[in-house]
Amino acid sequence: MASELADVSGPRTTTVAPSPFPATAPEPERSVTRGRLVARRFRRNRLALVGLSVIVLLYAAAFLSPLFAPWIYTQFDYTAFLRPPSGSHWFGTSQIGQDVFAQTMRGLQKSLTIGLLVGVISTTIAAVVGATAGYFGGLTDRVLMWVVDLLLVLPAFLILAVASPALRGRSWLWLVVLLALFTWMITARILRGMTFSLRDREFVKAARFMGTPSWTIIRRHILPNMASLMIIDATVNVGQAILLEAGLSYFGFGVQSPDVSLGTLISDGSRASLTTPWLFGFSGGLLVVAVLAVNFVGDGLRDALDPSSRGGRRRERRVRRRGGATPAPARAGGTA
Amino acid sequence: MGVVQPLVDSPPADRADPVLEVRDLEVSFPSEDGRVRAVRGLSYRVGPGEVLGIVGESGSGKSVSSLAVMGLLPPQARVSGSIRYRGRELLGLSDRELSRTRGRQIAMVFQDPLSALTPVYTVGDQIAEALLVHAGRGLSRPAARARSVELLDLVGIPNAAAAVRSFPHEFSGGMRQRVVIAMAIANDPDLIIADEPTTALDVTVQAQVLEVLKTAQALTGAGIVLITHDLGVVAGMADRVLVMYAGRAVESGGVDEIFARPRMPYTLGLLGSIPRLDAAAGRPLVPIEGQPPSLVDLPPGCPFAPRCPLAVPACRDGEPELTPVGGDDNAGNHRGKHRAACIRSIELARTGVDPVAIYGAAPPPPSPVAAVPRERRVVALRVNGLVKEFPMTKGAVLRRRVGTVHAVDGVSFDVREGETLGLVGESGCGKSTTVLEILGLERPMAGTVEVLGTDVATLARADRTRIRRDLQVVFQDPMASLDPRLPIRDVLAEPMQIQGWSRDRIDARVPELMRLVGMAPAQAGRYPAEFSGGQRQRICIARALALDPKLLVLDEPVSALDVSIQAGVINLLERLKAELGLAYLFVAHDLSVVRHIADRVAVMYLGKIVEIGAVEQVFGAPQHPYTQALMSAIPVPDPAVERARQRILLRGDLPSPADPPSGCRFRTRCQRFAALDPEHRERCVDQEPPREPAGGGPNRAVDHEVACHYAEVVRVV
Repeated sequence: MASELADVSGPRTTTVAPSPFPATAPEPERSVTRGRLVARRFRRNRLALVGLSVIVLLYAAAFLSPLFAPWIYTQFDYTAFLRPPSGSHWFGTSQIGQDVFAQTMRGLQKSLTIGLLVGVISTTIAAVVGATAGYFGGLTDRVLMWVVDLLLVLPAFLILAVASPALRGRSWLWLVVLLALFTWMITARILRGMTFSLRDREFVKAARFMGTPSWTIIRRHILPNMASLMIIDATVNVGQAILLEAGLSYFGFGVQSPDVSLGTLISDGSRASLTTPWLFGFSGGLLVVAVLAVNFVGDGLRDALDPSSRGGRRRERRVRRRGGATPAPARAGGTA
Repeated sequence: MGVVQPLVDSPPADRADPVLEVRDLEVSFPSEDGRVRAVRGLSYRVGPGEVLGIVGESGSGKSVSSLAVMGLLPPQARVSGSIRYRGRELLGLSDRELSRTRGRQIAMVFQDPLSALTPVYTVGDQIAEALLVHAGRGLSRPAARARSVELLDLVGIPNAAAAVRSFPHEFSGGMRQRVVIAMAIANDPDLIIADEPTTALDVTVQAQVLEVLKTAQALTGAGIVLITHDLGVVAGMADRVLVMYAGRAVESGGVDEIFARPRMPYTLGLLGSIPRLDAAAGRPLVPIEGQPPSLVDLPPGCPFAPRCPLAVPACRDGEPELTPVGGDDNAGNHRGKHRAACIRSIELARTGVDPVAIYGAAPPPPSPVAAVPRERRVVALRVNGLVKEFPMTKGAVLRRRVGTVHAVDGVSFDVREGETLGLVGESGCGKSTTVLEILGLERPMAGTVEVLGTDVATLARADRTRIRRDLQVVFQDPMASLDPRLPIRDVLAEPMQIQGWSRDRIDARVPELMRLVGMAPAQAGRYPAEFSGGQRQRICIARALALDPKLLVLDEPVSALDVSIQAGVINLLERLKAELGLAYLFVAHDLSVVRHIADRVAVMYLGKIVEIGAVEQVFGAPQHPYTQALMSAIPVPDPAVERARQRILLRGDLPSPADPPSGCRFRTRCQRFAALDPEHRERCVDQEPPREPAGGGPNRAVDHEVACHYAEVVRVV
């Protein structure tokens, strides 16, 4: 009986179907995975590429400018107090004769790193905690949400005050960790709610019945479907972290004088922004440029990940329109 | 002709003044890609007391055209043409003026009874409102209330005087739809537009609701525009039929004429694509290849030409008009001329109307496994006495158990290699819970589940992964069961990655799978959203087949698809079964589909299997009253058959599984129980009927078991 059945089931991995698509058809050497597809779609987005290159340029300027700039951020020019931009001081000078260009570039080094790291870390924590709580539910959910609520209720500065003796004298990167710890909670709650609804979707069920491990389901199905929110959250956090850092520095944590960051420069300079705009304008402007660039990259990434967005297909459509295949844009509205 | 008109003596339908006359109706919407021309030059008329059935697939413009009649289209829609109600032009009237006609003279029954009722008012208030809005001061509030009780009684809601005080959520779907119908007929309208009135309902409830709709029509003498995709419903209800495709009417005529002599290949294809309850085994279904065209920029020519088996180059030159076709000017046919929009209709008349011959559908190849007798085949799945209960809890802080939902209560069946077991029943009967229990591969609360001879209760983690390879699932909704963010290649790769296949092996397998389900391998780089429903379901099937499973659990795999697409997927499933020797557990509520695809069928009611056996046995000689009622509720797409059929109408709805009736669970709705005398009834009340071989025992060779004390064969088709 057994042999008979084995015969019947036959060599099963082979294609038996008389297919309308002959096997001889030329095939792509490697099938397109999600990673490749997303990368390809991202590359099509011109604005995102601009954003990415702006970030790279900013980094390059921040780290390479000491090589050619006439002043160092720790130097004082006792002949020039509070001077507007000129040939020797490109961005002007401060009240005590520091070169604003050197300071801004120095600040940019710190702030870009702080902003990007905080954005990524806080969103990652939020995603992991939110998705875990939402996916597993039950006790896991209750414990994690308890932690979230606790962190939301406790004022951030209180925790800082408790933690500061331990952090004194350590690297400023600790600041990044602290900043990230203060910003993830609300996002985590939102992501938990989204996970709840995603968990009951049939594709997650299908994956579970396939035997996919829970963490793989979270990584492959849950997180990508919440990517839009996560990306927006991360980009918003970048700008926020840079400014928040200034607040912390004021309380004696983080970047301390004589070292500077964009945040400290902005908060110092904003007091006299009308009379001596160069103290504030350049650092503020660079912050806007950096945040904008991050936003473009975030939008590009979101469009690349979201198959329903038109971003990835935009060029294709434009070509078609130019060819005249589509009719002229319809008049909007109006009932007969 | 077939309409029930006992109360109203209505004149023939083609009387000079129709209730509704639609002429050259055009509706278009703005969209990202351009203007969507949803309706393109539609004309029809409905006489008093006449039922016009509008059929078509989703996106054919049938709902949009009826919304245009009601003036309910969104403001950005552009409407032109003419819509006349009793000679008065409705198009161009202001919303206020339209409101006077809407609800009083033209009423509408919507598809989803849940969203058609306001959840915060009692149903009595809502019906009374419908009356008061139009009656003005002529009607007092108590009178309106009394009238709403009358109306609820009329549509068959038990204990109507108490029911008026209920809220919509206290009613089941079928009851809600009755309330909606009561509201529609409240003001004695001349025209009722019913937009897929039974699509969201179970078949037994559908039969009840259609009956109510017939009663309502008989009482009001109203004309009905019945919009549906179900040709069976049309065959039973309509006098005339209008077939729509790509925003246009492609064929119209009397219901008998259309069903017997379709003159447009699309209608013919539709008729051939539906599985029929009364069809002989082995009749292949006709899939209509391709998809309906995009309505944004239609190419010139007949919109059906790309999918039409009879298309000739001339079809692409211009869009054919709806013209009378020969052979229908016979006397006595007063239903209006038979018209078709096809230049090949004469050829179609000459060659005869066998959809199988014209569309060239072939019956599925015989499976090599089928030659082996059933008893000697491997058992792919054996379920024995499976029980699943859910606790019902109350209170947020102190949870206490207030009851138990007996979702699955001792279900036993087996599925052998190379066979299809159809599991059918109404929604809420526990068939989905059964499937989830099997797929979960956990130790059941009671009973056993064996997959390919392995009891799942004894499984270790590694064994479970191994079993999962042989047991795969295809879900109902192909949109929901594919991750929208995952390209097809990754979707198909997922099960293989879990089994630890190498990248190269996966890359070799993906194109193979795509071809297996009849899709181009090059499409693997796209996202699910870029495919149509039928293609997505093919992808789901391909994913399920990735690991060469032995058993496929198909949970309503075709019920979310249009009929013409559905036929293609069913044919694919049949082909795959034969080629790969698969076993299917096919869960469905549609008995005609099960009849077509299954070898054996199990009928479930309230967590129990009431009848099980070979398809020919169960469908040919059903013994359990529930099976008979289910089968009798299924409309057959043949007007002559439909008219001659006697419906067994079940009373009420499915009882709550938290509190099932004692003894036989079906007795509260059973037509046979109702006919019994009291001493015989006691047995049904006290004893639960065991599942025994049908026909009293001696005939053990027949594969047929039934759980009824008073089982007897009743022919219902």
